[in-house]
Amino acid sequence: MDRTLESIFRPFEGSSAERSDRSAGDRARHRLKVRESIRENIADIIAEESIIGKDREKIIKVPIRGIREYKFVYGENAPGVGQGGGDSQTGQVVGKAKHTGKGEDKAGDQPGTDYYETDVTLEELIDIMFEDLELPDLERKALRQIEAYRLAKRKGYRQVGIRVRLDKRRTVRARVKRKLASRRAHADATLESPADAGLAPSRERFPFHDDDLIYRHMVTDVKRESNAVVVCIMDTSGSMDTMKKYLARSFFFLLYQFICTKYRNVEIVFIAHHTEANEVTEEEFFHKGESGGTFISSGYLKTLEIVQARYHPSLWNVYAFHCSDGDNFDSDNPAALRTAKELAEVCNLFGYGEIKPLGSRYYESSMLNIFRRLDADNFQTVLIERKEDIWPSFKAFLAKDRGREQGA
Amino acid sequence: MAAHTLKDLEYWDARIRDKVAEFGLDCFPQEFEICDHTQMLGYMAYSGMPSHYPHWSYGKAYEKLKTLYDYGVSGIPYEMVINSNPALAYLMRDNSLCLHILTIAHVYGHNDFFKRNFTFRTTRAEFTIGTFKAHADRVRHYVDTPSIGLEKVESFLDAAHSLSLQCRRNLAVKKLSQEEERERLIAVATPREDPFQRIHRRRQPTEPDLKRVPPTPEEDLLLFIRDHNPFLQEWEKDLLTIVHEEAQYFIPQIETKIMNEGWASFWHKQILDALELPQELHLEFLVRHNQVVRPIPGQLNPYHLGLKVWEDIERRGDRPTPEEKENLPPGKTGRDLVFQTREVDRDASFLRRWLHETLMRDLDLFRYEAKGDDLVVSEVSDQEGWRRVKETLVKSVGMGSIPVIRVEDADHNHNRTLLLAHLHDGRDLQLEYAEKTLAYVHRLWGREVALETVVNGKRTVLTYGERGFSAKASK
Repeated sequence: MDRTLESIFRPFEGSSAERSDRSAGDRARHRLKVRESIRENIADIIAEESIIGKDREKIIKVPIRGIREYKFVYGENAPGVGQGGGDSQTGQVVGKAKHTGKGEDKAGDQPGTDYYETDVTLEELIDIMFEDLELPDLERKALRQIEAYRLAKRKGYRQVGIRVRLDKRRTVRARVKRKLASRRAHADATLESPADAGLAPSRERFPFHDDDLIYRHMVTDVKRESNAVVVCIMDTSGSMDTMKKYLARSFFFLLYQFICTKYRNVEIVFIAHHTEANEVTEEEFFHKGESGGTFISSGYLKTLEIVQARYHPSLWNVYAFHCSDGDNFDSDNPAALRTAKELAEVCNLFGYGEIKPLGSRYYESSMLNIFRRLDADNFQTVLIERKEDIWPSFKAFLAKDRGREQGA
Repeated sequence: MAAHTLKDLEYWDARIRDKVAEFGLDCFPQEFEICDHTQMLGYMAYSGMPSHYPHWSYGKAYEKLKTLYDYGVSGIPYEMVINSNPALAYLMRDNSLCLHILTIAHVYGHNDFFKRNFTFRTTRAEFTIGTFKAHADRVRHYVDTPSIGLEKVESFLDAAHSLSLQCRRNLAVKKLSQEEERERLIAVATPREDPFQRIHRRRQPTEPDLKRVPPTPEEDLLLFIRDHNPFLQEWEKDLLTIVHEEAQYFIPQIETKIMNEGWASFWHKQILDALELPQELHLEFLVRHNQVVRPIPGQLNPYHLGLKVWEDIERRGDRPTPEEKENLPPGKTGRDLVFQTREVDRDASFLRRWLHETLMRDLDLFRYEAKGDDLVVSEVSDQEGWRRVKETLVKSVGMGSIPVIRVEDADHNHNRTLLLAHLHDGRDLQLEYAEKTLAYVHRLWGREVALETVVNGKRTVLTYGERGFSAKASK
């Protein structure tokens, strides 16, 4: 048969870098854009519930804006045509409306999906978060490190010291040495004047001399501790609703993540209080509702108690943060102020966040006014009204810490 | 590695080419390149082009494809063909022999379509690969030029890409220059000689505004901006040209998606049936074929829809119903009809001419609309509804999925505001996207930009200027 149509086969060539990874440059560029976009929207992303309480290695989906390729597209009222299984009825629901840019992906001419998500690990996100904080000082300088004195480090030997540190073996050895040396000196002397030879008895007493005594030397060692404890104190009285708890939780989460980047060993303590305070588990902390009134001082007292018992400030960097809606019993206010002051003394950083979602009754009593009287430079109050406030308040909270660093 | 060699492929390819010639398909010479899945993803991200200019959006496309592939949401297509002369097709190395045979036959279907369908006439297939390479070189040159650099090129391309498909749809219609356009307007406005002038009065012709730029609304937004914004740098104009030209290459493919995939599926079926494959290959073929052309409930599979319509056209030629017979040219067989149709139609006209009530009912096509958060079937292909379903379908295929936006006036309000108008056909623009896109137009035009459209039944003007975006209802 006369064949005019020609064809060529080009066999497979292994993935040389040039051929298979031609998109590397564009991918890197895209990645960069994604990162920029995440940074721009970090406050919103952090406010998303989905990232709170996740494990660091976990990959999370982050919805991002600004990386879409905008075009003129039809909106929601554009009808479409689909194919059914043979029994389509008018009024049947066939899918979910996307709320932006609809359309199938045709040769890449449509946005396809209405939002864009990217995968990042929490680790990466936290890096970006702290890049956003712009805390170069903090990055370079480690946070305040606690110097713990350990007394039991041996360092060489001395001829002076206290009795208990006497090194008997070395002392005996020193005596033997001296004895041998002295005998030899004796022999030399005999050689020079043989007349004395008969005088030296062979079993002469040879006592310890002060010069023989050798003591172990001890130095005080400074060990840099890198322990931190995050104390989350939350008001769980009846007035704290889910929204308020969620806002509090976001804040605690950020704080914990931040402290984790700074210290090797971080522990977390949850204290829930209403009129009395208890140490609880994380689960109980966020989900168990209590009812009743509020004594803020009870939470602070409990914290002080725990700090003294388990996390002594000489060994631990203590970070405490208290979230409440500020609805404290008036009678407790002086006590709260007093205990807050005590707490500020033992903490690296102590913060009070007042959570008043917009729309909640504003004239309710507020602790912010009362705490204004507390004059400690590591104490910071913030007001959180909606989730967008979390990030700015967090920054404000840490700014205190930085100030202190620079001052110190 | 699959248990077949290049020799096997060449053997089957030769047999397929025999069939291609026998069936009368008319193809460009064909090149096949065997690649693995990473290479395939790479080609897909760049629309199959061996060389392409760099832009982050292709990196994004790659990541997206790769994610979908890694998570098994979508497989990699068995092949990819690009419209060039010679036609270039990529075959996946790990495919089974049967899939290769199917794919090769399918590729020849596309190849024939590229060569013969009228929409592809303008693409100049023999230069495709060279043109894309030249574009890539030029863009890389601008990136490397110290006074321009990556950032500027990238952000300019971002803006240009947003308008790349705002261009003329039917490339087979000759584009008139502004001079020719003015002459045409004068010719239209000039009253013809009327021997009965005294008996009845004719409508007075309106005088065309010849000073207006453009004389008639202009659809090629990028080219218009390139030619009418005096403040653009040469490299910026060149980037606009490049983006426009690349879009021109894709328009025929967008315009003929259903026909093209249907055509290739139609022929791979015919060819493989004629090849008399050994039984085990044949069984696998049937499975694969059905996977490709199966209907996807709730959506529209172009392979399925296209194949069904092509089969129906052939049936019409060979076994027409009495009433169909009246509308057909006499003496044409089914084969004659399909070959003719593949030459003269694109998706919109193909469906308008050949999709009829019975077929639509067999396919169970329905029209859906968004109601609240759901998509709800608003019309099914029954006696009352099928016309509406068809109308919606014809309107939304091909470039119909992209709003028509035209330049009305380059000197609106006499302050060089660019006035655009959206040809509203019942479908509103997505406003967030419109706002962001207008910002890009503003970036390219350098002055205020206004867009007339209709939002919720109200005429609205969206503007983007120095002070940002605003939307105003107009009378």
